[in-house]
Amino acid sequence: MAEAAQSPGDPGTSPKPLFAGLSEIAISRDIPIEGEITIPVRSRIREFDNSTLNESVRNTIMRDLKSVGKKFMHVLYPRKSSTLLRDWDLWGPLILCVALALMLQRGSADNEKDGGPQFAEVFVIVWFGAVTITLNSKLLGGNISFFQSLCVLGYCILPLTVAMLICRLVLLAEQGPINFMVRLFVVIVMFAWSVIASTAFLADSQPPNRRALAVYPVFLFYFVISWMILTFTP
Amino acid sequence: MRKVDLCLSSEGAEVILATSSDEKHPPESVIDGNPETFWTTTGMFPQEFIISFHKHVRIEKLVIQSYLVRTLRIEKSTSKEPVDFEQWIEREFGDAATALAANPDGSTISIEDADETPKHQPGPPRGAGREEDDELLGNDDSDKTELLAGQKKSSPFWTFEYYQTFFDVDTHQVFDRIKGSLLPIPGRNFVRLYIRSNPDLYGPFWICATLVFAIAISGNLSNFLIHLGEKTYHYVPEFRKVSIAATVIYSYAWLVPLALWGFLLWRNSKVMNIVSYSFLEIVCVYGYSLFIYIPTAILWIIPQKAVRWILVLIALGVSGSVLAMTFWPAVREDNRRIALATVVTIVLLHMLLSVGCLAYFFDAPEMDHLPTATATPNQTMAAAKSS
Repeated sequence: MAEAAQSPGDPGTSPKPLFAGLSEIAISRDIPIEGEITIPVRSRIREFDNSTLNESVRNTIMRDLKSVGKKFMHVLYPRKSSTLLRDWDLWGPLILCVALALMLQRGSADNEKDGGPQFAEVFVIVWFGAVTITLNSKLLGGNISFFQSLCVLGYCILPLTVAMLICRLVLLAEQGPINFMVRLFVVIVMFAWSVIASTAFLADSQPPNRRALAVYPVFLFYFVISWMILTFTP
Repeated sequence: MRKVDLCLSSEGAEVILATSSDEKHPPESVIDGNPETFWTTTGMFPQEFIISFHKHVRIEKLVIQSYLVRTLRIEKSTSKEPVDFEQWIEREFGDAATALAANPDGSTISIEDADETPKHQPGPPRGAGREEDDELLGNDDSDKTELLAGQKKSSPFWTFEYYQTFFDVDTHQVFDRIKGSLLPIPGRNFVRLYIRSNPDLYGPFWICATLVFAIAISGNLSNFLIHLGEKTYHYVPEFRKVSIAATVIYSYAWLVPLALWGFLLWRNSKVMNIVSYSFLEIVCVYGYSLFIYIPTAILWIIPQKAVRWILVLIALGVSGSVLAMTFWPAVREDNRRIALATVVTIVLLHMLLSVGCLAYFFDAPEMDHLPTATATPNQTMAAAKSS
């Protein structure tokens, strides 16, 4: 009983500063806070909204095209910038995917036994591949949103589309082993470029102990697309 | 399972909050393991303290020794931060005076509860009193994955978090599992050793995807190399075969485990087995056992029949033994013939898959046609010379 009526210990000399002062805090008392919070009103927003409605169509289209073009530049020279992730859009990937699928197609009148990928097959592979990789990244606990990831993967097809263009031009020359070596070299370089560009953007969103798990499907995805480009014969 | 006092600073427990402190009787006395020291409270009521364990623990018995405590309430939290506490136990000790008269040594409560897995243990004593000692006996079978297995079922299946539990693996774990599937050690069960109730879907899914493309691409490449010199051969990248390969391999990787799981469940109802596997563990074993076929498919490009068949046998040996050693403990309690038949069927299906892929995607190397074509002109020339 006598011990129960002990005076509160001196918190100042307590060996653990973590608990200092705790015994002096009265839990049930209210501490009033008074003050003012002001938010600066941004009156310019309304004018901005009106102006995008009233501007000419050309301005709108040019703005979107410029944004797409800027992202192309970011892919070609991958730096640590968050523009691709912040303002994602799916126009760029759509343009690239359609271009790639069109170039991978050959005239259907050529050969009935034609075993190459059709337009729909390329489209499905690119989009479902990107969706699967995104889902995989999110399931592993990644910190990236669904459309941001789709945007990055779609934009990083740009080097491979360029490779397809070069391959088509090279194939206009005569066929032969030299022709094949040139195409092989171009495709390998562009494949490495794509993988490096996309991992530069995507790797940061994963915890470090799972980075390799998230990057491997990207590697597989671009490898399959490179294979389709390399085995293209007109 | 040895009993360990988890509530010790030597076991990694920490008192992360105490609402009062005295320099002679600090809160750390609760977890120092010394029955002579105690924590004393000062100030107003209720008083509380929070004990944090460094990992999820399963507590079987809780012993608290306190003095002049009227009400004791224990709450638990299973999150990493001390938030989301839920009440666990609350006890009233009656009037402090009568309690003291009845038992001058203080009050001891002893709680046995083997089903709770608390991480934080706060105890707010109401009324005048001091905490004397705390003792927590816990089951140190604290394999985190086992406890998480109990946590996994909590999310309903329509939430995203439910599916995230199937991808809860790190890079090195995936590599370990792949290594385990390549090197079957006799007597070591793949599931018990590597999966340990944390089956993942990452491995099976991406190994199957890689295998699909490996088979399709290698088949294409091998056909191209075999028919390289022929004038009549027009190279086509047979893209149709990718979809066929995908269908075959993914259905094998999902339907055969489903059938096997159903079969094991049926036999389990008749014969009590020591070992039983969940559906996901079986899918996991099958998925990882297919890994050996990826390098095999790449090596199948070599256009020699003997080489290809040797590769088939090696791959079948490795993955077949992984599967056999995994499933033998699950069926050996059963009727001898049924057990043998099950294991033989598993290996046979595996062989069917590999031989079927070899036959369909890879053309037979026709190396013996060319020598006969060149032999006959020589014979006719020799005949013309001699005659």
